[in-house]
Amino acid sequence: MSTQAEPIIMTRQDYLSDSDPKWCPGCGLFAILRSLTSMFAKANILPQDQVVISGIGCSARLPYYTNTYGFHTIHGRGPTVAMGAKLANPDLSVWLVSGDGDALAIGGNHTIHLLRRNSDIKMMLINNQIYGLTKGQASPTSPQGLVTKSSPYGSVGRPIVPINIALAAGATFVARVHDKDTKQMEAVMMAAQQHKGAAFIEILMNCVTFNDGAYDLVTAKKARLDAMLELADGQPLIFGMELNKGIIDNNGKLEVAIIGVNGVSEDDILIHDATNAGLAAQLALLEFPESPYPIGIFRQVNEPVYGEWIDKTHP
Amino acid sequence: MIDTDKRFKRTASKFLDELTIKFAGDSGDGIQLTGQKFAELASNSGETVKTMPDFPAEIRAPVGTLGGVSGFQIRTGTDSIYTHGNKLDVLVVMNPASLKRNTDNLKENGIIVVNQDTFTEKNLAKAGYEQNPIDDGCLDAFRVFPVSISKLTLLALKGSGLSRKEMDRCKNFFSLGLICWLFPKPTKEVEHWIAAKFKNSSLLAQANLSVFQAGWNYGETEELFATNYRISNPELNERPAGSSFVTGNKAIASALVKSARKAGIKLFLGGYPITPATEVMQELLKHQDKDVIAFQAEDEIAAIGTALGASYTGALGATCTSGPGLALMGEFINLAVMTELPLVIIDVQRAGPSTGVPTKTEQSDLFQALWGRNGESPIPVLAASTPQDCFNVTVEASRIAIKYMTPVIVMSDLYLSAGTEAWVEPELDDLPEIAANFFAKGEGYAPYRRDLETLARSWAVPGTPGSIHIVGGLEKNGESGAVSYDPDDHEQMTYLRAKKIAGISNDISLGRTYGDKDAQLLLVGWGSTYGAIMEATEQLQASGYKVACTQIRHINPIPNGFGELLKRFDNVLVIENNLGQLWMKLRAEYLLDLKKLCKVQGSPFNVIEITTHVRTILTDESLAVSEGEAL
Repeated sequence: MSTQAEPIIMTRQDYLSDSDPKWCPGCGLFAILRSLTSMFAKANILPQDQVVISGIGCSARLPYYTNTYGFHTIHGRGPTVAMGAKLANPDLSVWLVSGDGDALAIGGNHTIHLLRRNSDIKMMLINNQIYGLTKGQASPTSPQGLVTKSSPYGSVGRPIVPINIALAAGATFVARVHDKDTKQMEAVMMAAQQHKGAAFIEILMNCVTFNDGAYDLVTAKKARLDAMLELADGQPLIFGMELNKGIIDNNGKLEVAIIGVNGVSEDDILIHDATNAGLAAQLALLEFPESPYPIGIFRQVNEPVYGEWIDKTHP
Repeated sequence: MIDTDKRFKRTASKFLDELTIKFAGDSGDGIQLTGQKFAELASNSGETVKTMPDFPAEIRAPVGTLGGVSGFQIRTGTDSIYTHGNKLDVLVVMNPASLKRNTDNLKENGIIVVNQDTFTEKNLAKAGYEQNPIDDGCLDAFRVFPVSISKLTLLALKGSGLSRKEMDRCKNFFSLGLICWLFPKPTKEVEHWIAAKFKNSSLLAQANLSVFQAGWNYGETEELFATNYRISNPELNERPAGSSFVTGNKAIASALVKSARKAGIKLFLGGYPITPATEVMQELLKHQDKDVIAFQAEDEIAAIGTALGASYTGALGATCTSGPGLALMGEFINLAVMTELPLVIIDVQRAGPSTGVPTKTEQSDLFQALWGRNGESPIPVLAASTPQDCFNVTVEASRIAIKYMTPVIVMSDLYLSAGTEAWVEPELDDLPEIAANFFAKGEGYAPYRRDLETLARSWAVPGTPGSIHIVGGLEKNGESGAVSYDPDDHEQMTYLRAKKIAGISNDISLGRTYGDKDAQLLLVGWGSTYGAIMEATEQLQASGYKVACTQIRHINPIPNGFGELLKRFDNVLVIENNLGQLWMKLRAEYLLDLKKLCKVQGSPFNVIEITTHVRTILTDESLAVSEGEAL
């Protein structure tokens, strides 16, 4: 790979291609592109050493807009191309852009195996709960009852919780962010970039055209403090406008409690531990409005990385 | 150990030009091992040897049933031996079921060596015999030699300290010993081989050696056989130093490694278990190093997807599968067509659509390979004709893939994958030049700018400064590579991709044509029909027919001059293990009224099936059809 004698200071512009994004005005993908390129600049990986791979869908157009090597592959198969690229050329930084249909329906198998192998690939699952590029059909994450072109009487199937899939596959870095908070998104992307192994980031994204407002109850600025639970490793699971609500362990079940009510004190609030897979799985089950919606890094552990394992067994 | 050479002087040997022998038994009887060893011994004596295993489909069918019969056929001789043979001279069977399964394939007056201890009422019933065939007269057409192989094995191992079950498992060495007496082979190396094979248990090593000797001694002392048989003058075909037996699958694995090495790049093989292709992946997984990466994917889609990802970052991406897997790979093959990246796809064909007949051979994936994708999707398709040729063809496919930046399909089949022949693995120097056209540096990089001669784009690998670009499956503008739905751009690109592949015909050579220049009939085949077609041609010539044959290696594009070759003959017979797929392509391409001979029984052509058909065409029934004489 290229080495530099003098460190070059990169800017976000260095990672943007000449093409203007052709997404609907107001699409959450603009924010994702901004956060990703901004993180690339800060991580200071040269554009030629950065590869962005995608499948099919609105999100899959993202590599056209980054000034990096890019591969726009086929529906659901991005993880396979990313695996091969990284294994054959481990010095590259490989990012994978995917959507809820791409990663969980047609490519569900590949998503699971990418994560279980823990190859050093960073996967974004951009979840808008709808098929956008094919103009509005129900996806594996569409909530039950959602009326779409393919569910005229409401979506019937139960939605998948992507975080649960990632955890079940043994992903070593599992996070959730949303398109209304680019600062947090960029911070989590940076943590993923620095993580050794497969990283999985679910990005809640608003589709202005086919599923507008899907996350408004959670991501709207006013609602956020009460509707979201920010996960920070080593910090208590406290949330709410007044910072007086928290998650307690009630006989093995996570529950919301209010500090000072029913004898609950701050000491009763659980501390987030990103190495605790059991806790991560329980947090992933928390759904709004019964519970706050967890945002941030659910799990982060260090485990042997696939390609490096090959290097060790076959020197 | 037995001093075979001295003791043979006591027995008068008969000399044979060739011998076809099959070991058969229950799938737990060690048949494959025995057969392969006999083949190696024959090869080491300088004989030309072809082998073919015959496995049951089930991993472990019920003991003693017809479904559980495992076989291993060996043909050995001095003259040009092209196939593993059809009718057997000798059949060695370890149980009633294996006798039942193979009797039909025995020549009249052929030899059957039977382990008579297994012919119990229970085992006979399992095989569907109402009476014991050894003495009910149903085998009168053959020479049957009942031997108490199981009992004699136990006797030889009395006091060995092995359990009865362990002792019984040694019995295949008794039959090997007996056959090595009947068809004398240098038995010294068996001693070394047994010692090496059972190096973790000197008890087992000693036991197997004792049983082998007991088998040999039995032949020598029992005077069951009036004579033994040697192949005449095998030293004529002395086996070259460093040679070994190779299957088609192993030859493919070796070729992939060497092709990448020759090009100075890494090899990446993505695979997924499927009969009969799995061995290629397994072989490469054994030999991984920093430049040879083998990967067991989650399905065939991922197998080829990872391979294409590896090609994108500068490795030779390859995958190996069979028909059902190739069906899943179509979408990715097309992505390789559109992104113009090198990729080698091996299709080890098996029989039938869907799951079909997974453990039987066929050549019915040709249409799928040529046309089984959406859109106009031309790619080179090559076919290997022998286990060794799997190496040459895979190297040629790699050369074309890298030079022309295209996916290439190599057609092999179950027959080639499992058949073996002796070879000397080629060195890197024996390979043709394989040069990757990497974009190094320079101004104004355009991903789809082409070499004017080959029409191939350059290979710009991530990590290279100055050539940042994106590739994908969308149609593009020919010069800039920018996504374009413009009708002219699409038409131009469609023609360009077709022209690039068609142009390869200038870079490949027409295969050899064997036989008579003024032949009345040309036999045309592709792939594993080679051996049967060659032998049929030689036999027909020997009986006075004017015939010639050629085997097509490059099925797409076909080398220049092939149409002219076809036009030289009044009769052209296309021979295939399908219903006429190459036949249809050739007729469409050359507007010639070609004839066809097809077989879809899951087994390769027998020479006699071809010779009979040709005789019928040439309307000369005067020459008697013979299966060959018995020993």
